[in-house]
Amino acid sequence: MLENAWIIPLIPAASFLLILFFGKRLPRKGSEIGVAAVGLAFVLALVVNVQWFHHVDNAGERSGHSEEATDDGWFAYAPNTNVAVTSDGHELTRAELLELTNKVEPASEGEHESVAPVTKDWTWFENGDKDINIGMLIDGPAVMMLFVVTLVSLLVHVYSTDYVAGDPRYTHFFAFLSLFTASMLGLIMAKSTLQLIVMWELVGVCSFVLIGHWWEEKPNSDAAVKAFITNRVGDIGLLCGVTILYWSAGQTFDILEINTLAVNGGISSTALTVAAFALLAAVMSKSGQFILHTWLPDAMAGPTPVSALIHAATMVVAGIFMVGRLYGVFFQGFDIGISTVNALAIVGGITVLGGAGLAFVQNDIKKVLAYSTVSQLGYMVMALGVGAWTAAFFHLFTHAFFKACLFLGSGSVSHAVHSFDMKKDMGGLKKWMPQTFWTFMIATAALIGIIPLAGFWSKDEILAGASQLGGDGNYTIFMVVGLIGAFMTAAYMTRCVYLTFFGEYRGHGHPHESGPRITVPLWILAGLALIAGAANIPAWFPGQGSWELRFEHFYEPKGAYFPSALASFEVPEFDPKIAIISTIIGLSSIGLAYLYYWKDRGPHGATERYRIANAGYTVLANKYYFDRLYTDGIVAGVKGPVARAAYWINQNVLDGVVNGAATVAAATGRFVYNRIDQGVVDTIVDGSGSAAEGGGQVLRQLTSGKVQQYGALLFGATAIFAGVLIFVV
Amino acid sequence: MNNNQFLTDWGLTLMVFLPLAGALVMLLVPKEEEAAHKWIALLASLASAAFGIAIFADFDYDNSKSLQFVVDKRWIDVIHSRYLIGVDGLSLPLLALTLLVVPLCIIYSWNHLPEPRNAKAFLMLILVLHTGMLGTFVAQDLILFFVFFEVVLLPMYFLIGVWGGEQRQYASLKFFLYTLFGSALMIVSFLALFFVTGGETFSIAGLAERVASGDYDISHTTMLLIFGGMFMGFAIKVPMFPFHTWLPDAHTQAPTVGSVILAAILLKLGTYGFVRVALPILPEAAVSWAPWIGGLAVVGIIYGALACLAQTDMKRLIAFSSVAHMGFTMLAIATLTDFGLNAAVFGMVAHGLITGMLFFIAGSVKDRYHTLEIRRLGGLLVKAPRLGWIFGFTAMASLGLPGLAGFWGEFPAILSTYEPGAGLSEVLFRTYMVLAALGTVLAAGYLLWLFQRTAFGTPTAEFADTDVPDVQLPEWIAWTPMLLLIAVLGFFPNLVFGVTDDHMTSVAQSIAAAAGH
Repeated sequence: MLENAWIIPLIPAASFLLILFFGKRLPRKGSEIGVAAVGLAFVLALVVNVQWFHHVDNAGERSGHSEEATDDGWFAYAPNTNVAVTSDGHELTRAELLELTNKVEPASEGEHESVAPVTKDWTWFENGDKDINIGMLIDGPAVMMLFVVTLVSLLVHVYSTDYVAGDPRYTHFFAFLSLFTASMLGLIMAKSTLQLIVMWELVGVCSFVLIGHWWEEKPNSDAAVKAFITNRVGDIGLLCGVTILYWSAGQTFDILEINTLAVNGGISSTALTVAAFALLAAVMSKSGQFILHTWLPDAMAGPTPVSALIHAATMVVAGIFMVGRLYGVFFQGFDIGISTVNALAIVGGITVLGGAGLAFVQNDIKKVLAYSTVSQLGYMVMALGVGAWTAAFFHLFTHAFFKACLFLGSGSVSHAVHSFDMKKDMGGLKKWMPQTFWTFMIATAALIGIIPLAGFWSKDEILAGASQLGGDGNYTIFMVVGLIGAFMTAAYMTRCVYLTFFGEYRGHGHPHESGPRITVPLWILAGLALIAGAANIPAWFPGQGSWELRFEHFYEPKGAYFPSALASFEVPEFDPKIAIISTIIGLSSIGLAYLYYWKDRGPHGATERYRIANAGYTVLANKYYFDRLYTDGIVAGVKGPVARAAYWINQNVLDGVVNGAATVAAATGRFVYNRIDQGVVDTIVDGSGSAAEGGGQVLRQLTSGKVQQYGALLFGATAIFAGVLIFVV
Repeated sequence: MNNNQFLTDWGLTLMVFLPLAGALVMLLVPKEEEAAHKWIALLASLASAAFGIAIFADFDYDNSKSLQFVVDKRWIDVIHSRYLIGVDGLSLPLLALTLLVVPLCIIYSWNHLPEPRNAKAFLMLILVLHTGMLGTFVAQDLILFFVFFEVVLLPMYFLIGVWGGEQRQYASLKFFLYTLFGSALMIVSFLALFFVTGGETFSIAGLAERVASGDYDISHTTMLLIFGGMFMGFAIKVPMFPFHTWLPDAHTQAPTVGSVILAAILLKLGTYGFVRVALPILPEAAVSWAPWIGGLAVVGIIYGALACLAQTDMKRLIAFSSVAHMGFTMLAIATLTDFGLNAAVFGMVAHGLITGMLFFIAGSVKDRYHTLEIRRLGGLLVKAPRLGWIFGFTAMASLGLPGLAGFWGEFPAILSTYEPGAGLSEVLFRTYMVLAALGTVLAAGYLLWLFQRTAFGTPTAEFADTDVPDVQLPEWIAWTPMLLLIAVLGFFPNLVFGVTDDHMTSVAQSIAAAAGH
């Protein structure tokens, strides 16, 4: 199955077409096709995972010698030796480099033996006598994502059969869920950066369609348009970054080749830095990083299952995935291994705090979760920025479960109370919706990072990474950021839980617990939020035997295309001090929030009493004024004055010249006309007239008199230009 | 090689002139027989397409850089101009586009004949236009090329001037006058070229050979000037900023089918001219001109997009979007690289399909609402969901969504701009690259806002009770092939790249060689 994993994205792709064309005629309006297709994809993804584990564990037997394995074609990454060798010599050294680096095996360290990715290539098109390939790249991160995407997608599909039941565009909804799943799976298996761009945009367009699912209301379509255009801004970076890498890696889109060259010095560090900065813009838009995060909270206008699947668990992590996928480029471009601060970590750090701050002032439960997602994505980017690759991907893995659980839980609540407003329409729901309540609580605890839930382990790895990795002085500042973020997370989630489930019910009517198609997915996700941390239990803990660091073992890439072979690449170790500190911080935050909300202690009404508190609140309520700047400043400016100015120039300057020239030409024409044999011109007129006889008399009336002017102009212009040629030449 | 002797000798000629023959037949049929005229026009265009398909089937794709199905006959001896036609990897995609779009336009006209109707005259003009366009794409002799290039002008002039909107007289006049102005400079360049190379041939290959041989001692200034004349002719047709102002008027006023043909094929005569005539014959001048062409192209991309944002009329917006999109094509040409030229041809085909489709949709919206004023529309998805989704699909294609055809004209253009051909400034072109990438954001902006304002939301009070029929049969027939192709080319770009690549690689190589001197 490993070498045929490319079939998996095709299943939901086929499902998309089937639902689109036949969905409406089916008894369940096409949802059955979607569920079946994604279910099948999930089963196959499990098979792929099991086979991959086997592949990794047997890598030692093949001892990473790709030469040996090239025989069967699929199981090896042999450098593409039939790269065109041009005369300038650059390609030759490059080919040598690719060859050499593949042989470098740090044999002394057992963990760093290389595990060959499973790849497949097809020619997509030819250009400049070169074949541009499309392909499949199956390695640790791809296999892990395969599991996450198919699982969450399947649960969201099941959930949606209940949640969007009765919607006028039910079929359409499932069609686009399928298309999204297909595109996302295509993205994670992409072997070339070009393919990555294609899938990157396709998930974006699915996001656009699904955010705007209820497009009758203007705010929804506004949100959809905003999401798409903001992502386009980031895509400038993606297009430029891929372009720079294409040329500087010797004309290739192949991710393995680009990484191998980047890691081993085959690409100039300037090119890598510029490319990394360009790609960072794409990460900022896709993964909701400051300052391009503003679309993500608005995207909550889409149906809740969409928020869970696309805007929490899968699509928004595409940026994280891309950084991890091209980690050689980022690691070298930002000197992650030896620096103490870099753009990636800064962006992540700012997002951790900025997102968490905004989560405090939201009254819409989905907005809280959206800003929480922004903040958590910041953790992942920060982790990648400090060099903790596995921590970032592990957090991606656990976050997908507990955040999807939270979103689906919020959907379940809103299903019952018909609103997302925590302050107006919720409260006391613990009593009415016990299953939703408990799953929500478990996921919240996982998000806050209570031991032994999933979020604890992954967040802790990030903090350990920030304290241990990097050059002199380490990335300690980012560990502090992470701890403050943990404090804020615990506080805003406690507030959210309090407003939703505790106190008195403030809404109307009697809310009811949701049906099994909603609660079962919730329980599955809550279960994963409970235990997923076990996937990467640190070796520090005694007695877990062969279970230690399985996630890292199976999913972290090993080989010349990943910077793990570099001396500056280190893996952080579990640090009980940090674990204890972060736990204390989390618990004390919960405690303070408990006192504030439950016991009514603390500075209530501070915003009324203190100027500074009020100012702070205003800044947060206005989302740091980013939306003001973008919507009212940049967008309105470009759409309004700038566009109007351009059009004014068009009508008055450019067209003015044309019309002026025509007037002058007509005058000149009359003048010239008197000196030209009238018969010649008349012949032209008659000729054109009779050619158009079918057009009837109308034509003749229309043109007579005008054609003379063109004729005159033609002669005049020709004469002038001929004169120029004769005199100048 | 090409096996069928009859096809080799006559295929291309028949393909080009069958539409004209159809028009002559129609001349004999009385005007009242509308149905007969429609059938004759359709059959003539389909017959032409049939020969086209036969040629495509027999074409030797492994040798796409050389001319095939060449016919070389005496024509105007006194000026050494010959009836020299042939197809290669460059002509083929554009011929295919033409052969596809024109029959679809005729089908669309079945129940969309604009006022003052007169099917006979309308369809005859389209057939004449068809011959002119096909001829331009196969002509390999500059005089022949020029004749076909100009034949196109008159029918389009009448299509706009008679069947157009309220401002049709002004628009058609401007179109005719402006293009003719460029043509005048172009023909002078052709003649100058003829004389400076000894006055022996007008064949494109022959002229290129003579210029390259260095036997004729042509000064660089002369080359620049000759290129300049051609530039005017082609750039106005494309149209490039700042010579584009005829286009929005022509498009806005033209009948739907006229707009479709104008956008889908006529504009390509300009870009095609650059790649077919100007670059191969005068590669050195092309290198000198390229930074300027690239600069105007980038200005066109940004400027066209900004102008789109200021529009209140749907059709005029689409017209301005052509300025921006053709900017990408011209930028790709200005890189003078194999990748860029491939992207340019792909861009031409993609723009033809996509913008052609957008004009079809605009026409159908106008038929239903009798207005294209954006602020009066809205809720198209409620009124006519299929039409609305087709519009959404096409708008996505137009903004260059990967997986659809438009992407392959845009991204490779950006990619090749990073590393322009020999002799061109990297810094300058990399600046162009970033600006062009910025243009993709603006494109998303104007297209999505257009879509949002016309299709999303609920219908305005004015049209709340109006009955808006959804997509109808002639529309389905006319549109399905285009929509399918937009998707298919998006996933299988090699359908175009595979045909053009050999040819473009050799063009780029010869330019690089010339730039080396």
